[in-house]
Amino acid sequence: MNSDIKREELLISQLADLLVNDKHVAVGAASPIPGAAALLAKEEAKLNNKRLRVTILHSNKYNNFTDGARELFDCAAQGRIDTFFLGGVQIDGQANINLVGTGTYPKIEKRFPGSFGSALMYFVVPQIILFREEHSPRTLVDQVDFISAPGASDENIYRPGGPKYLITNRALFKFNKNLKKFSLLKLNQNQTIQDIKELTGFKFDISENISDMLNPDTTRLKTLRDKIAPMVSEFYPEFTNRIWGI
Amino acid sequence: MKSFDELSLKEIVNEVKDGCILGVPADYSGVPMEFTKRLIKKGIKDLKLYCLPLTTIQGDMLIGSGCVSEIEAAAVTLGEFGLAPRFSEAVENGSILIKDSTCPALHAQLQATEKSVPFMPLRGVIGSDIQKHRKDWCIIENPMKSSGVLNEPILLLPAVQLDILVFHASCADRNGNIQIGRRRELATLAHASKKVFVTVEKFLDTDFFEDELSAATCLPGLYINGISIVKNGAWPCALPGVYPADNKEIKKYSLAAKTKQGFDDYMNQSLFI
Repeated sequence: MNSDIKREELLISQLADLLVNDKHVAVGAASPIPGAAALLAKEEAKLNNKRLRVTILHSNKYNNFTDGARELFDCAAQGRIDTFFLGGVQIDGQANINLVGTGTYPKIEKRFPGSFGSALMYFVVPQIILFREEHSPRTLVDQVDFISAPGASDENIYRPGGPKYLITNRALFKFNKNLKKFSLLKLNQNQTIQDIKELTGFKFDISENISDMLNPDTTRLKTLRDKIAPMVSEFYPEFTNRIWGI
Repeated sequence: MKSFDELSLKEIVNEVKDGCILGVPADYSGVPMEFTKRLIKKGIKDLKLYCLPLTTIQGDMLIGSGCVSEIEAAAVTLGEFGLAPRFSEAVENGSILIKDSTCPALHAQLQATEKSVPFMPLRGVIGSDIQKHRKDWCIIENPMKSSGVLNEPILLLPAVQLDILVFHASCADRNGNIQIGRRRELATLAHASKKVFVTVEKFLDTDFFEDELSAATCLPGLYINGISIVKNGAWPCALPGVYPADNKEIKKYSLAAKTKQGFDDYMNQSLFI
């Protein structure tokens, strides 16, 4: 049955693997795949008799906050969120992210929505997972046009958090904080290291443990499709309709 | 004497003056869409939008209609339906000024006004291009030797006071208290605004303060200058706990607004039918 696994399902499964040690995962705007991954990880944690809290900002049901929209940022600054997801119009080799647009600011050529909460969350959440489906030289660049949030900071800046992983529809990278450089950890099936080199606008290392992304097993896939998909449809109806037809 | 002012929607619209700073709630906290359309119809000019912390169709419509000169926000987006086309184009051609910010900074600037202090510190942000382009922000060394790390640079944000806030809510009680549920950012916006007007689905002949649960989830009438009944007042946006977003309509807007002509046609149809 593995042949009919969708790309999105593989990414959800990969992300869920990165959340197994967490106690609280939060998911921000425009993030259906991370949202589904967090709920999947929560469901699997239950089976292992562990408790994982999930806060999905754009959901009323899967949301632990009662103190208004600022509570996400206060909660994160207090160190109560283990993992958060950030995206980017552009992401560069030092893990700087750009959510504002291309061109020379403020003379923007192509304007995107804006930086959201990235400029604080990137500093205070221990595990930030960068998520960008499109893997191309225009999204993964040598240097971003605008830094919404920097990948690394000087020693005297308060920064318990930062980038840990970058996942695209082709590969998973791990970020090395000391070298300020990504290292290629996993390849999506059918991708070669050479493909990734050609499609990535920045230089990266290659992990000695490099492997292929494994498809979700039957149990996980069933949980995802039968249980998680209907939950996600509450807050990302367009996405669930497109992927699962619900 | 009645304990609050019940106004017509027209009276609320007339309270908004050209050039004022208008508070804009996020898509999850009661977007006053019917009010917004009337404001556009009136031909308001030179608005400065302050978004807490983002805006969707409300901001895009106001910008596309030429009502906005400046916007301070962490994002302008149509969410699942993609970029906010009128906003993106206005920024690209330089017809509006965008003061790019980040969500916690937009909250903190209003929190400073809530406490009537001149500024609020915030961690993070330093080293971003957001911070580099905000000449109204400044960085100092943490002066509190008993907390934080040594020589820690920290960002200070100025208190921001809004001229006027308008939002939509489910109901008001007989004393003009407004039910806002868990959307406490509406209280932050109200505390930091000189004037506050609310459109509601209905009035309830009750007193929210008689019950602990409803007292905890209301915005007291002391912050409110006037209330108007506007049925379905958030449409096509959601009113949390009352009705969901009309995604078909938002999608229709997102497609129409891709071009100036499409936007104008859409607005003509929705404002003048």
